[in-house]
Amino acid sequence: MDATADDRPFVNLDLVRWHLTASAFFMLVSILGGLAYAMQFNNLYPFSGIEWLSPGRVRMVHTNMAAYGFIANAFMAGLLFAIPRLTKQPILSDKLGWVIWGAWNLIMVLTIGGQLLGYGQGIEWGETPIFVDPLVLVGLVLLVVNMSVPIFRSKEPGLYVSLWYFLAAFGWTGLVYFMGNYLPQFWVPGAAGAAITGLFIHDLVGLFITPIGWGLMYFFVPILLRKPIWSHALSLIGFWGLAFFYPMQGVHHFLYSPIPMYAQYGAVVATIAVEIVVFTVIVNFFGTLHGRADAVRGNLAIRWFYTGMIMYAITCFQCAFQVTLTFQKVIHFTDWVVGHAHMVMFGVFGFWIMGFFIELWPRAVGRPWANPSLLTAHYWFTFIGLIVMVIDLTAAGLVQGFSWMSLSHWGESVVASMPFWWARTVAGVLIVIGQSIFLYALWITARAPAPVRLTDAVRVQAA
Amino acid sequence: MERFGAGFLIAAVVTFLLGFFLQGIMPVMTLGNLPLKTIEEIAQDVPPEFYQLAEDYPVEFKRSFGEANPQSFAKALRIGKENYIAEACWHCHSQFVRPVAREDLRFGPVSTPDEYQNLMNLPHLFGTRRVGPDLIRESGKHSNDWHIAHLYEPRNVAPYSVMPSYPWFFDEQKRPTERALGLVAYLQWLGSWQTDTAPPSIYNEAQMEKSK
Repeated sequence: MDATADDRPFVNLDLVRWHLTASAFFMLVSILGGLAYAMQFNNLYPFSGIEWLSPGRVRMVHTNMAAYGFIANAFMAGLLFAIPRLTKQPILSDKLGWVIWGAWNLIMVLTIGGQLLGYGQGIEWGETPIFVDPLVLVGLVLLVVNMSVPIFRSKEPGLYVSLWYFLAAFGWTGLVYFMGNYLPQFWVPGAAGAAITGLFIHDLVGLFITPIGWGLMYFFVPILLRKPIWSHALSLIGFWGLAFFYPMQGVHHFLYSPIPMYAQYGAVVATIAVEIVVFTVIVNFFGTLHGRADAVRGNLAIRWFYTGMIMYAITCFQCAFQVTLTFQKVIHFTDWVVGHAHMVMFGVFGFWIMGFFIELWPRAVGRPWANPSLLTAHYWFTFIGLIVMVIDLTAAGLVQGFSWMSLSHWGESVVASMPFWWARTVAGVLIVIGQSIFLYALWITARAPAPVRLTDAVRVQAA
Repeated sequence: MERFGAGFLIAAVVTFLLGFFLQGIMPVMTLGNLPLKTIEEIAQDVPPEFYQLAEDYPVEFKRSFGEANPQSFAKALRIGKENYIAEACWHCHSQFVRPVAREDLRFGPVSTPDEYQNLMNLPHLFGTRRVGPDLIRESGKHSNDWHIAHLYEPRNVAPYSVMPSYPWFFDEQKRPTERALGLVAYLQWLGSWQTDTAPPSIYNEAQMEKSK
């Protein structure tokens, strides 16, 4: 990835730029919503008494914009960049690309509006209003068509591991979205519906976000480190292990619920299996880093990627334990799970997306980063904020869980959680500061006078 | 090459269907034998709290639901559930009692699948987080007045609470609207099919409240 000139024949950098812009915008919406919601727990909610800004509704905006506004938009930018370069083919149609951009971000606006006006759906991670769901499915199908045609047209001798993940995700995403938003809503009531909701909660992360995230890592990391992936065999194990075990563990979100016990046991076993498998992927990436570890210090994109990777390792390790019935007795329904979710969605995939921004934004706007030291500040504010939040919520979860088990009055668990909820808000403020610095850096870079020729100045030298 | 690429798409569909069968279809088949009740069938058993609601708020109740009977109860349940979802109450209140962590002592009998085989649970509202307590055994634990006051300003009846207040469930005279009454009817329905929803004597939250 040396010069923008190389990207031009295949990559539509305007589309990449607008997807990144939309991603950054909805990220801001999401984190501001999250911060406001956190302040409710300190009895400091800024919009108290305003119906359409009720905390319950804002929470839906927070989670949905994180997944569909921030992460999905950034992933589309990544795919628009990676697929044409891997296949040496342009996407099917640039016009269709713009239609998808417009449709997807219209969906985001309709989702925010619908949820704030009281039309949120009663499905976790599927709170997108019912009238938006068909539009999402159409958008996803168009996206899959637009992105998979270059893969099938490619004349390259082999299919690189990134493309395995992308193709699998293309196969999964529409099915997952349809299953989760329609079956429990219209056809499957009660405990069986909960089993399907559990699958949806899990598959959205596991079969949409995870494969595209890893596919993009397999694309970016070897290029930035200028060396091939350490082990092809481990890539194979990681992919097929994920493909086989990930789709069969949804019920672990409802352990000890009235869902049949065999489904719960199966989910636990499959979850522990997949955690072992994903460690092969992590080993593979650290094997790749071996001998180039200086890049973590010198290259900010690599630093974001590998910070996220360590978070991923922690998450998976944690998950293999928290999914057991023993842990579930205490930690289920507590803030432990909220901490886990933040570590996965933001600490892993959000951090990787920051790396994509570092690499793609200068190309997309045709200018080097205007002020790289801002990006270093962004990293540290965000990283410290997230770490504080995760540790704090994990500890809060234990306090809450044991408080409930002790049969003390419900209010005791609320009072005991107060200091943790304050720390969570402070951590949220740190993240918002970090992201604000980042948005400012994006803005001044895009607004800087155009350089005559883009050179290695693109490379960010972080202190 | 082309065949190979399609292989990954096919593998995705196959693995999805395998997981969907094991974790989705099989529970559907297992629970398929349980009879499925419509909302009208459920509403035949009107809990005493609903009649009480008609007495507590006669003007507002008449305006919203007319007489207290199975038909108006069905209407109230629908409105209650609609608002329960719109305000995302289920993000902070779960709706099932687990057989562990002494939850049966705190909330009441452990949940069973047949309790959820009805169209009030389409979509189900199990929830995954408890900032506030579980609600599936809520029926009869608090009075209608407590619920109305609690929705208006939770800290008036539970000083430690971090629940948002819902003043838009009330009109200019601070009287409950259809939405507040429907939500209270819904909350008082949750668990009303159980014969012993009262918490066991070992754990009585109301008692603890008084001794505080």
